[in-house]
Amino acid sequence: MPVQYTSIIDEHQGVRNNVGIFDISHMGQLIADGSGAHAWLNTMLTNNIDKLNVGTGQYTFLLNEGGGIIDDLIVYRIEEQKFLLVVNASRTNEDFAWLDRHRPKHVDLTNRSADFGGVAIQGPRVVELFHALFGKNVDLPPRNHIVDFGFDGTNVSVARTGYTGEDGVEVFFRASDAARFWNTALQKGKAFGIKPCGLGARDTLRLEMCYPLNGSDLSPERNPIEAGLGFFVDLTKPNFIGRDVLLRTKDAGPQEKLVSFRMKEKGPPPRPHYSVFDNGERVGEVTSGTLSPSLNYGIGMAYVSAPHAKIGTQIDIEIRERKFPAMIEKKPLYKKS
Amino acid sequence: MNVPDDLLYAETHEWIKREGENVRVGITDHAQSELTDVVYVELPKMDRQANAKEAIAVVESVKAASDIYAPVKGTVVEVNRALEPDPGLINREPYGQGWIFVLKIDNPDELKNLKDVAAYRKQIG
Repeated sequence: MPVQYTSIIDEHQGVRNNVGIFDISHMGQLIADGSGAHAWLNTMLTNNIDKLNVGTGQYTFLLNEGGGIIDDLIVYRIEEQKFLLVVNASRTNEDFAWLDRHRPKHVDLTNRSADFGGVAIQGPRVVELFHALFGKNVDLPPRNHIVDFGFDGTNVSVARTGYTGEDGVEVFFRASDAARFWNTALQKGKAFGIKPCGLGARDTLRLEMCYPLNGSDLSPERNPIEAGLGFFVDLTKPNFIGRDVLLRTKDAGPQEKLVSFRMKEKGPPPRPHYSVFDNGERVGEVTSGTLSPSLNYGIGMAYVSAPHAKIGTQIDIEIRERKFPAMIEKKPLYKKS
Repeated sequence: MNVPDDLLYAETHEWIKREGENVRVGITDHAQSELTDVVYVELPKMDRQANAKEAIAVVESVKAASDIYAPVKGTVVEVNRALEPDPGLINREPYGQGWIFVLKIDNPDELKNLKDVAAYRKQIG
Protein backbone atom coordinates (compact mmCIF):
# COMPACT_ATOMS: atom_id res chain seq x y z
CA MET A 1 0.00 0.00 0.00
CA PRO A 2 1.45 3.38 -0.96
CA VAL A 3 1.43 6.34 1.45
CA GLN A 4 -1.14 8.04 -0.76
CA TYR A 5 -2.84 7.70 -4.13
CA THR A 6 -3.89 11.33 -4.54
CA SER A 7 -3.74 13.25 -1.27
CA ILE A 8 -3.89 12.04 2.33
CA ILE A 9 -6.43 14.72 3.23
CA ASP A 10 -8.68 13.93 0.23
CA GLU A 11 -8.51 10.22 0.93
CA HIS A 12 -9.23 10.81 4.61
CA GLN A 13 -12.30 12.94 3.83
CA GLY A 14 -13.38 10.36 1.26
CA VAL A 15 -13.60 7.73 4.00
CA ARG A 16 -15.34 10.04 6.47
CA ASN A 17 -17.91 11.22 3.90
CA ASN A 18 -18.33 8.43 1.33
CA VAL A 19 -16.25 5.27 1.10
CA GLY A 20 -12.59 4.35 0.66
CA ILE A 21 -10.76 1.14 -0.18
CA PHE A 22 -7.41 0.15 1.33
CA ASP A 23 -5.20 -2.67 0.11
CA ILE A 24 -4.44 -4.64 3.28
CA SER A 25 -2.88 -7.62 1.54
CA HIS A 26 0.30 -7.02 3.53
CA MET A 27 -1.41 -8.08 6.76
CA GLY A 28 -0.54 -11.50 8.12
CA GLN A 29 -2.92 -14.46 8.39
CA LEU A 30 -2.17 -17.32 10.73
CA ILE A 31 -4.44 -20.31 11.15
CA ALA A 32 -4.59 -22.44 14.29
CA ASP A 33 -6.48 -25.66 13.80
CA GLY A 34 -7.00 -28.80 15.82
CA SER A 35 -8.69 -30.11 18.94
CA GLY A 36 -7.56 -27.93 21.82
CA ALA A 37 -6.89 -24.88 19.63
CA HIS A 38 -9.47 -22.95 21.65
CA ALA A 39 -8.01 -23.79 25.05
CA TRP A 40 -4.45 -23.21 23.86
CA LEU A 41 -5.13 -19.81 22.25
CA ASN A 42 -6.84 -18.73 25.45
CA THR A 43 -3.46 -19.17 27.17
CA MET A 44 -1.66 -17.16 24.44
CA LEU A 45 -4.06 -14.24 23.92
CA THR A 46 -5.42 -11.71 26.43
CA ASN A 47 -9.09 -11.53 25.44
CA ASN A 48 -11.42 -14.43 26.18
CA ILE A 49 -12.06 -16.81 23.31
CA ASP A 50 -14.96 -18.37 25.27
CA LYS A 51 -16.93 -15.29 24.19
CA LEU A 52 -16.47 -16.10 20.49
CA ASN A 53 -19.16 -17.95 18.62
CA VAL A 54 -18.21 -19.52 15.31
CA GLY A 55 -18.16 -16.73 12.74
CA THR A 56 -17.16 -13.93 15.09
CA GLY A 57 -13.91 -12.18 15.96
CA GLN A 58 -12.39 -10.09 18.74
CA TYR A 59 -9.51 -7.66 19.20
CA THR A 60 -6.82 -9.12 21.43
CA PHE A 61 -3.13 -9.04 22.36
CA LEU A 62 -0.25 -11.45 22.12
CA LEU A 63 2.07 -10.76 25.07
CA ASN A 64 5.55 -11.79 26.08
CA GLU A 65 6.33 -13.18 29.57
CA GLY A 66 6.81 -9.64 30.86
CA GLY A 67 3.33 -8.61 29.74
CA GLY A 68 4.80 -6.55 26.88
CA ILE A 69 2.91 -6.41 23.61
CA ILE A 70 4.29 -8.59 20.81
CA ASP A 71 1.29 -7.80 18.64
CA ASP A 72 -2.29 -6.63 18.61
CA LEU A 73 -4.55 -8.62 16.33
CA ILE A 74 -8.03 -9.86 15.56
CA VAL A 75 -8.78 -13.50 16.18
CA TYR A 76 -11.75 -15.00 14.32
CA ARG A 77 -13.35 -18.29 15.22
CA ILE A 78 -14.01 -19.79 11.81
CA GLU A 79 -14.87 -23.28 13.06
CA GLU A 80 -15.34 -24.73 16.53
CA GLN A 81 -11.60 -25.49 16.80
CA LYS A 82 -10.22 -23.44 13.91
CA PHE A 83 -9.09 -19.84 14.30
CA LEU A 84 -7.88 -17.15 11.92
CA LEU A 85 -5.47 -14.59 13.37
CA VAL A 86 -5.10 -11.40 11.36
CA VAL A 87 -1.85 -9.81 12.51
CA ASN A 88 0.38 -6.85 11.72
CA ALA A 89 2.52 -7.41 8.65
CA SER A 90 5.78 -6.48 10.35
CA ARG A 91 5.13 -8.92 13.22
CA THR A 92 3.87 -11.91 11.26
CA ASN A 93 7.05 -13.93 11.46
CA GLU A 94 7.66 -13.06 15.09
CA ASP A 95 4.06 -13.91 16.03
CA PHE A 96 4.30 -17.19 14.19
CA ALA A 97 7.60 -18.13 15.84
CA TRP A 98 6.29 -17.25 19.32
CA LEU A 99 3.05 -19.18 18.86
CA ASP A 100 4.82 -22.12 17.24
CA ARG A 101 7.23 -22.34 20.17
CA HIS A 102 4.33 -22.64 22.61
CA ARG A 103 2.17 -24.82 20.40
CA PRO A 104 0.89 -28.17 21.68
CA LYS A 105 1.39 -31.10 19.28
CA HIS A 106 -2.29 -31.57 18.51
CA VAL A 107 -2.76 -28.02 17.18
CA ASP A 108 -1.62 -27.14 13.66
CA LEU A 109 -0.36 -23.64 13.09
CA THR A 110 0.19 -22.34 9.57
CA ASN A 111 1.29 -18.99 8.21
CA ARG A 112 -1.05 -18.36 5.26
CA SER A 113 -0.05 -14.72 4.70
CA ALA A 114 1.26 -15.31 1.20
CA ASP A 115 -1.97 -17.08 0.16
CA PHE A 116 -4.37 -14.28 1.09
CA GLY A 117 -4.98 -10.81 -0.21
CA GLY A 118 -7.31 -8.37 1.47
CA VAL A 119 -8.97 -4.99 1.28
CA ALA A 120 -10.63 -2.78 3.85
CA ILE A 121 -13.68 -0.93 2.55
CA GLN A 122 -14.59 1.82 4.98
CA GLY A 123 -17.00 4.72 5.12
CA PRO A 124 -20.69 5.56 5.47
CA ARG A 125 -21.51 4.28 1.96
CA VAL A 126 -20.00 0.83 2.52
CA VAL A 127 -23.44 -0.77 2.86
CA GLU A 128 -24.49 0.43 -0.60
CA LEU A 129 -21.22 -0.75 -2.12
CA PHE A 130 -21.51 -4.11 -0.39
CA HIS A 131 -24.93 -4.64 -1.97
CA ALA A 132 -23.58 -3.60 -5.37
CA LEU A 133 -20.80 -6.19 -4.99
CA PHE A 134 -22.63 -9.11 -3.41
CA GLY A 135 -26.29 -8.61 -4.32
CA LYS A 136 -29.21 -6.50 -3.16
CA ASN A 137 -30.70 -9.12 -0.87
CA VAL A 138 -27.47 -10.23 0.77
CA ASP A 139 -27.12 -9.03 4.37
CA LEU A 140 -23.89 -7.58 5.68
CA PRO A 141 -22.37 -9.52 8.53
CA PRO A 142 -23.10 -7.86 11.91
CA ARG A 143 -20.25 -6.02 13.68
CA ASN A 144 -17.25 -8.29 14.37
CA HIS A 145 -18.78 -11.17 12.44
CA ILE A 146 -17.08 -12.89 9.51
CA VAL A 147 -19.06 -14.57 6.73
CA ASP A 148 -18.05 -16.26 3.45
CA PHE A 149 -19.69 -15.04 0.26
CA GLY A 150 -19.50 -16.08 -3.37
CA PHE A 151 -17.98 -13.46 -5.59
CA ASP A 152 -17.58 -13.87 -9.33
CA GLY A 153 -16.96 -17.60 -9.14
CA THR A 154 -14.68 -17.47 -6.12
CA ASN A 155 -15.09 -17.38 -2.34
CA VAL A 156 -14.30 -14.38 -0.18
CA SER A 157 -14.52 -13.82 3.59
CA VAL A 158 -16.11 -10.57 4.70
CA ALA A 159 -15.62 -9.29 8.26
CA ARG A 160 -17.47 -6.26 9.63
CA THR A 161 -14.35 -4.72 11.11
CA GLY A 162 -12.02 -1.83 10.46
CA TYR A 163 -9.45 0.69 11.64
CA THR A 164 -11.05 4.00 10.72
CA GLY A 165 -13.98 4.63 13.06
CA GLU A 166 -16.41 4.41 10.14
CA ASP A 167 -18.71 1.55 9.34
CA GLY A 168 -16.79 -0.87 7.16
CA VAL A 169 -15.74 -4.34 6.14
CA GLU A 170 -12.48 -6.15 5.66
CA VAL A 171 -12.54 -8.66 2.83
CA PHE A 172 -10.07 -11.51 2.47
CA PHE A 173 -9.61 -13.56 -0.68
CA ARG A 174 -7.06 -15.76 -2.43
CA ALA A 175 -4.02 -13.69 -3.40
CA SER A 176 -4.64 -14.57 -7.05
CA ASP A 177 -8.09 -12.91 -6.86
CA ALA A 178 -6.75 -9.67 -5.38
CA ALA A 179 -6.44 -7.57 -8.52
CA ARG A 180 -9.85 -8.65 -9.77
CA PHE A 181 -11.58 -7.85 -6.49
CA TRP A 182 -9.81 -4.48 -6.16
CA ASN A 183 -10.72 -3.42 -9.70
CA THR A 184 -14.33 -4.54 -9.38
CA ALA A 185 -14.77 -2.72 -6.07
CA LEU A 186 -13.30 0.47 -7.56
CA GLN A 187 -15.53 0.24 -10.59
CA LYS A 188 -18.75 -0.51 -8.66
CA GLY A 189 -17.74 2.02 -6.02
CA LYS A 190 -17.62 4.89 -8.49
CA ALA A 191 -21.32 5.53 -7.97
CA PHE A 192 -20.63 6.01 -4.25
CA GLY A 193 -17.57 8.24 -4.64
CA ILE A 194 -15.03 5.53 -3.75
CA LYS A 195 -11.38 6.54 -3.36
CA PRO A 196 -8.39 4.23 -3.19
CA CYS A 197 -6.64 5.13 0.08
CA GLY A 198 -3.07 4.73 1.29
CA LEU A 199 -1.15 4.30 4.52
CA GLY A 200 -1.21 8.04 5.18
CA ALA A 201 -4.99 8.23 5.42
CA ARG A 202 -5.07 4.94 7.32
CA ASP A 203 -2.88 6.59 9.95
CA THR A 204 -4.84 9.86 10.26
CA LEU A 205 -8.17 8.00 10.40
CA ARG A 206 -7.04 5.60 13.10
CA LEU A 207 -5.38 8.32 15.15
CA GLU A 208 -8.55 10.46 15.24
CA MET A 209 -10.19 7.38 16.81
CA CYS A 210 -7.17 6.78 19.11
CA TYR A 211 -6.73 3.25 17.80
CA PRO A 212 -3.15 2.27 18.66
CA LEU A 213 -0.51 1.44 16.07
CA ASN A 214 1.87 -1.38 16.93
CA GLY A 215 5.47 -0.24 16.77
CA SER A 216 4.44 3.32 17.71
CA ASP A 217 1.92 3.25 20.55
CA LEU A 218 2.39 -0.41 21.41
CA SER A 219 5.66 -2.24 21.88
CA PRO A 220 7.23 -5.13 23.81
CA GLU A 221 8.11 -2.57 26.53
CA ARG A 222 4.46 -1.54 27.02
CA ASN A 223 1.57 -3.59 28.34
CA PRO A 224 -2.16 -3.26 27.54
CA ILE A 225 -2.97 -1.80 30.96
CA GLU A 226 -0.52 1.08 30.44
CA ALA A 227 -1.96 1.52 26.95
CA GLY A 228 -5.47 1.91 28.43
CA LEU A 229 -6.67 -1.20 26.60
CA GLY A 230 -7.61 -3.35 29.59
CA PHE A 231 -11.03 -3.86 28.01
CA PHE A 232 -9.37 -6.40 25.69
CA VAL A 233 -7.74 -8.29 28.54
CA ASP A 234 -9.67 -10.81 30.59
CA LEU A 235 -7.83 -11.09 33.89
CA THR A 236 -10.46 -13.54 35.16
CA LYS A 237 -8.99 -16.16 32.83
CA PRO A 238 -6.92 -18.51 35.00
CA ASN A 239 -3.84 -18.40 32.83
CA PHE A 240 -2.34 -16.59 29.84
CA ILE A 241 1.17 -15.45 29.09
CA GLY A 242 1.80 -12.08 30.72
CA ARG A 243 -1.16 -12.31 33.13
CA ASP A 244 0.89 -12.04 36.34
CA VAL A 245 2.53 -8.81 35.21
CA LEU A 246 -0.78 -7.30 34.13
CA LEU A 247 -2.34 -8.17 37.50
CA ARG A 248 0.52 -6.43 39.28
CA THR A 249 0.28 -3.39 36.96
CA LYS A 250 -3.44 -3.20 37.57
CA ASP A 251 -3.11 -3.51 41.36
CA ALA A 252 -0.32 -0.96 41.67
CA GLY A 253 -1.65 1.29 38.90
CA PRO A 254 0.47 1.87 35.81
CA GLN A 255 3.35 4.33 36.22
CA GLU A 256 2.74 5.70 32.75
CA LYS A 257 -0.42 5.83 30.70
CA LEU A 258 -1.13 6.25 27.02
CA VAL A 259 -3.19 9.43 26.64
CA SER A 260 -4.79 11.23 23.71
CA PHE A 261 -4.27 14.94 23.28
CA ARG A 262 -5.23 17.80 21.02
CA MET A 263 -3.19 20.92 20.31
CA LYS A 264 -4.92 24.08 21.52
CA GLU A 265 -3.71 26.33 18.72
CA LYS A 266 -3.00 26.04 15.02
CA GLY A 267 0.66 25.23 14.66
CA PRO A 268 3.09 22.48 13.80
CA PRO A 269 1.62 18.99 14.18
CA PRO A 270 2.94 16.81 17.00
CA ARG A 271 5.19 13.91 15.98
CA PRO A 272 6.51 10.72 17.59
CA HIS A 273 9.31 11.26 20.17
CA TYR A 274 8.45 14.88 20.94
CA SER A 275 8.59 15.57 24.68
CA VAL A 276 5.50 16.26 26.78
CA PHE A 277 5.70 18.84 29.60
CA ASP A 278 3.39 19.72 32.46
CA ASN A 279 4.25 23.04 34.07
CA GLY A 280 7.80 22.89 32.83
CA GLU A 281 8.41 19.32 33.99
CA ARG A 282 9.05 16.66 31.37
CA VAL A 283 6.34 14.06 31.97
CA GLY A 284 6.24 11.95 28.82
CA GLU A 285 6.79 11.36 25.13
CA VAL A 286 4.59 11.44 22.06
CA THR A 287 4.16 8.08 20.28
CA SER A 288 1.82 9.13 17.42
CA GLY A 289 0.97 12.53 16.05
CA THR A 290 -0.42 14.19 12.98
CA LEU A 291 -2.62 16.98 11.78
CA SER A 292 -6.19 15.76 12.08
CA PRO A 293 -7.86 16.36 8.71
CA SER A 294 -11.31 16.24 10.35
CA LEU A 295 -10.55 18.65 13.21
CA ASN A 296 -7.85 20.67 11.45
CA TYR A 297 -5.78 20.63 14.66
CA GLY A 298 -2.72 18.69 15.66
CA ILE A 299 -3.59 15.51 17.57
CA GLY A 300 -1.60 12.69 19.07
CA MET A 301 -1.05 10.04 21.67
CA ALA A 302 1.67 10.01 24.30
CA TYR A 303 2.84 7.99 27.27
CA VAL A 304 2.62 10.33 30.25
CA SER A 305 3.48 9.62 33.90
CA ALA A 306 0.28 8.65 35.67
CA PRO A 307 -0.17 11.73 37.94
CA HIS A 308 -0.18 13.93 34.82
CA ALA A 309 -2.38 11.69 32.69
CA LYS A 310 -5.84 12.91 33.74
CA ILE A 311 -8.30 14.04 31.11
CA GLY A 312 -8.34 17.84 31.01
CA THR A 313 -4.68 18.25 32.00
CA GLN A 314 -3.03 21.13 30.18
CA ILE A 315 0.26 19.98 28.73
CA ASP A 316 2.88 21.38 26.39
CA ILE A 317 4.42 19.59 23.43
CA GLU A 318 8.00 20.58 22.70
CA ILE A 319 8.53 21.07 18.97
CA ARG A 320 11.95 22.22 17.79
CA GLU A 321 12.77 23.71 21.22
CA ARG A 322 9.51 25.61 21.51
CA LYS A 323 6.54 24.61 23.63
CA PHE A 324 3.04 24.47 22.20
CA PRO A 325 -0.04 24.06 24.44
CA ALA A 326 -2.22 20.97 24.25
CA MET A 327 -4.85 19.28 26.38
CA ILE A 328 -5.32 15.65 27.32
CA GLU A 329 -8.71 14.62 25.99
CA LYS A 330 -11.06 11.66 26.14
CA LYS A 331 -10.91 8.99 23.45
CA PRO A 332 -11.87 9.19 20.64
CA LEU A 333 -10.59 12.60 19.56
CA TYR A 334 -13.02 12.64 16.64
CA LYS A 335 -16.73 11.99 17.00
CA LYS A 336 -19.13 11.92 14.12
CA SER A 337 -21.48 14.88 14.31
CA MET B 1 6.77 16.30 -13.02
CA ASN B 2 7.30 20.01 -13.66
CA VAL B 3 10.99 21.06 -13.61
CA PRO B 4 11.37 24.56 -15.09
CA ASP B 5 14.40 25.19 -17.30
CA ASP B 6 15.26 28.61 -15.89
CA LEU B 7 15.93 27.57 -12.28
CA LEU B 8 18.81 26.04 -10.34
CA TYR B 9 18.30 23.11 -8.00
CA ALA B 10 19.75 21.72 -4.78
CA GLU B 11 20.17 18.03 -4.12
CA THR B 12 17.77 18.50 -1.19
CA HIS B 13 14.96 19.45 -3.65
CA GLU B 14 14.95 23.23 -3.27
CA TRP B 15 14.64 25.33 -6.42
CA ILE B 16 16.69 28.52 -6.64
CA LYS B 17 15.87 31.54 -8.78
CA ARG B 18 18.55 34.20 -9.24
CA GLU B 19 17.18 37.73 -8.77
CA GLY B 20 20.19 40.08 -9.00
CA GLU B 21 22.01 39.93 -5.65
CA ASN B 22 19.36 37.64 -4.21
CA VAL B 23 18.00 34.15 -4.68
CA ARG B 24 14.38 33.14 -4.21
CA VAL B 25 13.96 29.62 -2.80
CA GLY B 26 11.15 27.12 -2.70
CA ILE B 27 10.71 23.37 -3.02
CA THR B 28 10.27 21.55 -6.29
CA ASP B 29 7.11 20.02 -7.68
CA HIS B 30 8.72 16.62 -7.12
CA ALA B 31 9.38 17.47 -3.45
CA GLN B 32 5.85 18.73 -2.76
CA SER B 33 4.34 15.63 -4.33
CA GLU B 34 6.56 13.37 -2.22
CA LEU B 35 5.80 15.30 0.96
CA THR B 36 2.03 15.15 0.38
CA ASP B 37 -0.34 17.82 1.73
CA VAL B 38 1.69 20.60 3.37
CA VAL B 39 -0.05 21.65 6.58
CA TYR B 40 2.51 23.88 8.31
CA VAL B 41 5.53 25.95 7.37
CA GLU B 42 8.07 27.31 9.81
CA LEU B 43 9.68 30.29 8.07
CA PRO B 44 13.23 31.45 8.78
CA LYS B 45 13.70 34.60 10.84
CA MET B 46 14.33 37.80 8.86
CA ASP B 47 17.98 38.89 8.78
CA ARG B 48 19.12 35.44 9.78
CA GLN B 49 22.49 34.47 8.33
CA ALA B 50 22.86 30.94 7.08
CA ASN B 51 25.57 28.80 5.60
CA ALA B 52 25.05 26.71 2.52
CA LYS B 53 23.23 23.46 3.43
CA GLU B 54 22.12 24.80 6.79
CA ALA B 55 18.52 23.94 7.73
CA ILE B 56 16.62 27.22 8.07
CA ALA B 57 12.95 26.39 7.50
CA VAL B 58 10.63 23.46 8.09
CA VAL B 59 7.83 22.21 5.88
CA GLU B 60 5.41 19.83 7.54
CA SER B 61 3.03 17.54 5.73
CA VAL B 62 0.43 15.31 7.33
CA LYS B 63 3.07 12.57 7.36
CA ALA B 64 6.33 14.24 8.41
CA ALA B 65 8.42 17.32 9.09
CA SER B 66 11.13 18.12 6.53
CA ASP B 67 13.99 20.59 6.83
CA ILE B 68 14.51 23.16 4.10
CA TYR B 69 18.13 24.17 3.53
CA ALA B 70 19.81 27.40 2.50
CA PRO B 71 21.23 26.57 -0.96
CA VAL B 72 24.11 29.02 -0.58
CA LYS B 73 25.55 31.20 2.18
CA GLY B 74 23.51 34.36 2.69
CA THR B 75 21.12 36.48 4.72
CA VAL B 76 17.33 36.09 4.83
CA VAL B 77 15.82 39.29 3.39
CA GLU B 78 12.26 38.13 2.67
CA VAL B 79 9.96 35.38 3.88
CA ASN B 80 6.64 34.30 2.42
CA ARG B 81 4.09 35.16 5.14
CA ALA B 82 1.28 34.01 2.83
CA LEU B 83 2.30 30.43 3.67
CA GLU B 84 1.29 30.85 7.32
CA PRO B 85 -2.47 30.97 6.69
CA ASP B 86 -2.24 28.86 3.51
CA PRO B 87 0.63 26.33 3.57
CA GLY B 88 -1.10 24.43 0.74
CA LEU B 89 0.29 27.08 -1.65
CA ILE B 90 3.42 24.92 -1.68
CA ASN B 91 1.42 22.04 -3.15
CA ARG B 92 -0.60 24.15 -5.55
CA GLU B 93 2.07 26.53 -6.84
CA PRO B 94 5.48 25.22 -5.83
CA TYR B 95 7.33 27.53 -8.24
CA GLY B 96 5.01 30.53 -7.83
CA GLN B 97 3.07 31.70 -4.77
CA GLY B 98 4.54 28.77 -2.84
CA TRP B 99 8.07 30.25 -2.61
CA ILE B 100 9.49 30.15 0.94
CA PHE B 101 12.28 32.74 1.41
CA VAL B 102 14.71 35.09 -0.33
CA LEU B 103 18.41 35.10 0.52
CA LYS B 104 20.87 37.87 -0.19
CA ILE B 105 23.83 35.87 -1.35
CA ASP B 106 27.37 36.36 -0.01
CA ASN B 107 29.26 34.91 -2.93
CA PRO B 108 27.64 34.40 -6.34
CA ASP B 109 30.34 31.84 -7.20
CA GLU B 110 28.65 29.41 -4.83
CA LEU B 111 25.74 29.14 -7.27
CA LYS B 112 28.05 27.01 -9.42
CA ASN B 113 27.70 24.24 -6.83
CA LEU B 114 23.99 23.88 -7.60
CA LYS B 115 22.42 21.63 -10.21
CA ASP B 116 21.05 22.74 -13.52
CA VAL B 117 17.74 21.42 -14.80
CA ALA B 118 19.31 18.42 -16.56
CA ALA B 119 21.22 17.32 -13.47
CA TYR B 120 18.14 17.68 -11.25
CA ARG B 121 15.93 15.82 -13.73
CA LYS B 122 18.46 13.02 -13.68
CA GLN B 123 18.49 12.98 -9.86
CA ILE B 124 14.73 12.53 -9.56
CA GLY B 125 14.70 10.00 -12.39
